[in-house]
Amino acid sequence: MTRKNKKALARILVSAALLLAAALLPTEGWLRWVTFLVPYAIVGWDVLWKAVRNIAHGQVFDENFLMALATVGAMALGEYSEAVGVMLFYQVGELFQSVAVGRSRHSIAQLMDIRPDSARVLRDGAAQEIDPEEVAVGEKILVRPGEKIPLDGVVTEGSSSLDTAALTGESLPRNAAVGDLVASGCVNLTGVLTVEVSKPYGESTVAKILELVENAASKKARAENFITKFARYYTPAVVIGAALLAVVPPLFVGGWSEWIHRALIFLVISCPCALVISIPLSFFGGIGGASRQGILVKGGNYLELLAKLETVVFDKTGTLTEGVFRLQYLYPTEGVTDAELLETAALAECHSGHPIAQSLRRAYGREIDPDRVSNVAEAPGLGVSATVDGAIVHAGNEKLMDSLGLVPPKPNALGTVVYVTKNGKYLGSAVIADSIKPSAQEAVKALKARGIQTVMLTGDSQGAAETAGSVLHLDELHAELLPGDKVEQLETLLQRKSPKGTLAYVGDGVNDAPVLSRADIGIAMGAMGSDAALEAADIVLMDDDLTKLPAAMDISRKCLRIVRQNIVLALTIKALCLILGAFGLASMWEAVFADVGVAVIAILNASRMLGRK
Amino acid sequence: MMKKTYKLIDLDCANCAQKMETAIKKLDGVTDASVSFLTQKMTIETDGDEAALNELMKKVVKTCKRVEPDCQIVL
Repeated sequence: MTRKNKKALARILVSAALLLAAALLPTEGWLRWVTFLVPYAIVGWDVLWKAVRNIAHGQVFDENFLMALATVGAMALGEYSEAVGVMLFYQVGELFQSVAVGRSRHSIAQLMDIRPDSARVLRDGAAQEIDPEEVAVGEKILVRPGEKIPLDGVVTEGSSSLDTAALTGESLPRNAAVGDLVASGCVNLTGVLTVEVSKPYGESTVAKILELVENAASKKARAENFITKFARYYTPAVVIGAALLAVVPPLFVGGWSEWIHRALIFLVISCPCALVISIPLSFFGGIGGASRQGILVKGGNYLELLAKLETVVFDKTGTLTEGVFRLQYLYPTEGVTDAELLETAALAECHSGHPIAQSLRRAYGREIDPDRVSNVAEAPGLGVSATVDGAIVHAGNEKLMDSLGLVPPKPNALGTVVYVTKNGKYLGSAVIADSIKPSAQEAVKALKARGIQTVMLTGDSQGAAETAGSVLHLDELHAELLPGDKVEQLETLLQRKSPKGTLAYVGDGVNDAPVLSRADIGIAMGAMGSDAALEAADIVLMDDDLTKLPAAMDISRKCLRIVRQNIVLALTIKALCLILGAFGLASMWEAVFADVGVAVIAILNASRMLGRK
Repeated sequence: MMKKTYKLIDLDCANCAQKMETAIKKLDGVTDASVSFLTQKMTIETDGDEAALNELMKKVVKTCKRVEPDCQIVL
């Protein structure tokens, strides 16, 4: 509790005691009025003062004014204990609300506790601690074990393991050694690291994430906009209702004070606070909870859309698969060893930047002496030819073999096949393929269990797509698509889904920006250090783990459930109290409950979003 | 275009935050504004430069004083 809360509590207690005394004292007439006025003034003076001040500023239908009017009215009608009691109850509710919101805000702040406080920069051979914002690119910083890495950079000295949980939600530590890129916000666990800063603080991973999450609150969900609009009409409507109730019925049936009393009850219920606080709080809690798991949601509206997810469209390469081509199999002909085949292929491909060539060199694993290779010629779409150790080597696809007049046996494995010949003699083939991520299988299964359609779009061949599709049990796949075709295919899928459901596209955010923005929800993954992905997508998965997708869905569904509960709860209770109040069946006590009581319940309900995962 | 975020002190109610936001958005020179009750922060966006923003902030402070006198903007 803050000092302000404590002061409010003290006032409430003193006033409550005085109210009890006033109720027990056998006073009559104006003396009785005075004895009740004291506790009323103690607990309610600030409400009255604010009401007067706000009217002077042209703010009429404000909470304070309504409470002041209702209780002063009750006083005037001679309902002393009710007037004081209602004001007391109102203040108790306000206190509760303030404490609950303060606590939620505190736990959200903790969720976001990735901002580094200082950086230990090496200047003139000595380490000095300064604000991370003052560190320039190219300077070296020292990070000791247990400290947060304050800025993005490259390790120049030392090795350590890093806790990336604050960014990715992944609890397994990651290793960092000389030459590795490290992201700010990670916690250095074991060794001392010297890091050369590569980005100013404002562009660092931490600053980007914080900015993103803080701005998320400004992209409001439909439910939030509904509440804002509702609040704008609700209060004036109830106040007009109260005015009518006070004037019209007594004209016909008389009993002015009874009708005014009922009208005052209306005024107490007229504040939309329960909704105005609890709905944004739920969304904010949902966004905060998601970011703790390494899922960045750029606004409450996306959380809302995610809860209605119907179709997920995946990009294949880099999303469902590792995106890295690996040598899977070698098929040497008789008399040739695996090592010989691989060495020949790797040497021939030693200058090529093609992913296939890179994977062959990686599989070969040893330094290549460039002097052994000469006369390299690349034939686009076919392969390469080169002179290796004095022998002419061809490495490439079936078409290349065809042009050489060879018909090699087709290996019985899926992937890209590289055939190798030496001096016109066939050596064998190597199969290179992209492997499916383990998390992809789990994620697709979890999505299907939630009734989601899974679709894959890829520029790869039909065969490669079908293998991936059958391993993952995808519902649908579309292969051999050019980038433009992907958008077209997405349009078709968008038209096919039901009008209420939403479609998400999951990609790596590098070259699928148009598709990401066309989908209802664009989800980019593996965003640690990738600015493009952070900017293009609506939801960002910080690491490559696809199982975060169903996790994000669960968070959004829970969030929306709480929002709906709060809207229904608040509106029902308020409507009920209004009706009962109009017929004289509800007292001011019920009205105060409908106001602050409901607000407190709604806030407590919303704070569930912040709790355990 | 300039965009700047300010801290708010003693912003006590969500409804007031909403009212502040609406009032600030109506000011001349403000292209966008958002007041977040939860983060206790206010973001102002304007077409003008730094000097214009500082000038604008005087109006914003005045508006806030009118709508919610308890709340202070940290400039």
